[in-house]
Amino acid sequence: MTSTVVLMLAVFAASAVEMVEALTIVVASGTTRGWRSAFEGTAVAVVALAAIVGAVGVPLIHLVPIAVLRVVIGGLLLILGLAWLRKAILRSSGHKAMHDEDAVYAKTVAELAPGEAGGAAPRRQRDAVGFVVAFKGVFLEGMEVVLIVLSLGSSSHHLGLAAAAAGAAVVIVAGVGIVVARQLSEVPENAMKMGVGIMLTSFGVFWAGEGSGVHWPGSDLSILVLIAFFVAVTSLAIPLMRRSLPGAERRESGSIPSRLDEAASS
Amino acid sequence: MSAAIGKYVSAFGRFWWDFLVGDTPEVFAGVLVVVGAALALRHERAAAVALVPLLTVAVLAMSTYRGRKRA
Repeated sequence: MTSTVVLMLAVFAASAVEMVEALTIVVASGTTRGWRSAFEGTAVAVVALAAIVGAVGVPLIHLVPIAVLRVVIGGLLLILGLAWLRKAILRSSGHKAMHDEDAVYAKTVAELAPGEAGGAAPRRQRDAVGFVVAFKGVFLEGMEVVLIVLSLGSSSHHLGLAAAAAGAAVVIVAGVGIVVARQLSEVPENAMKMGVGIMLTSFGVFWAGEGSGVHWPGSDLSILVLIAFFVAVTSLAIPLMRRSLPGAERRESGSIPSRLDEAASS
Repeated sequence: MSAAIGKYVSAFGRFWWDFLVGDTPEVFAGVLVVVGAALALRHERAAAVALVPLLTVAVLAMSTYRGRKRA
């Protein structure tokens, strides 16, 4: 029960982060090349991603022994989780620039503006460039979600629940996107990425151990202990990494305005 | 036909290489060590429960430190 709730939260949050990035591209495509093609590209990409989950996930559950599946998937989750966590720590400590949805939006709009990409079709007509850009944006960002859904869903035998959590995130992010349109930079993406990184890493450690034959004390409850452990590690890592910033940037990152920015973004 | 298949196979391989190794090969190598340690220590419950998360932290620390901005 505990692991199912945490699993759904992890899938939901991971999907939400990726979908915010995809939505930036879809909105940029919609406003410059027309909404019809942007929506069609998005819909085709979502159907393709769902088909991949069904085509790969179901055989995975039925054909691969659960212990092998858990070791392999634990390893994949560790790679994915550690990559997200590493990036979030580097961003929070000032070693890497924050992901800027406004900049991504501006860049995509500039690339798609009429004249740059062969001229946009009239708003209500189909536009191949708008379709392809929206499709690619959603499909590529969604592939990571597919991997997370397949990993967490198949190793816990809750593929349907994991897919439903990802679907809910897509619907909610799309709904919020329609309301806020271009204010995607307000989403605390780095904090969400850090949270997802912690959850994926914790699941990765848990499944890699379970699949290898390690019996965790408290069974599923140990996932919560692992999450708390990685939260503590991350909280310690950020100030430690900030100390290793080059001199001038360290002083800047410790200044009051930058701390206020940080508080606002978390 | 065979050229097209070759293109797709190479794109598929590149996707997995970028996903698994990419610009952080130390994470990939570290995860292999973590999984190997879990397999090796499966009969030593207490050691496995303590060491597997600690090794994971070591991989994270090493990779994060490697990605730091240098003066």
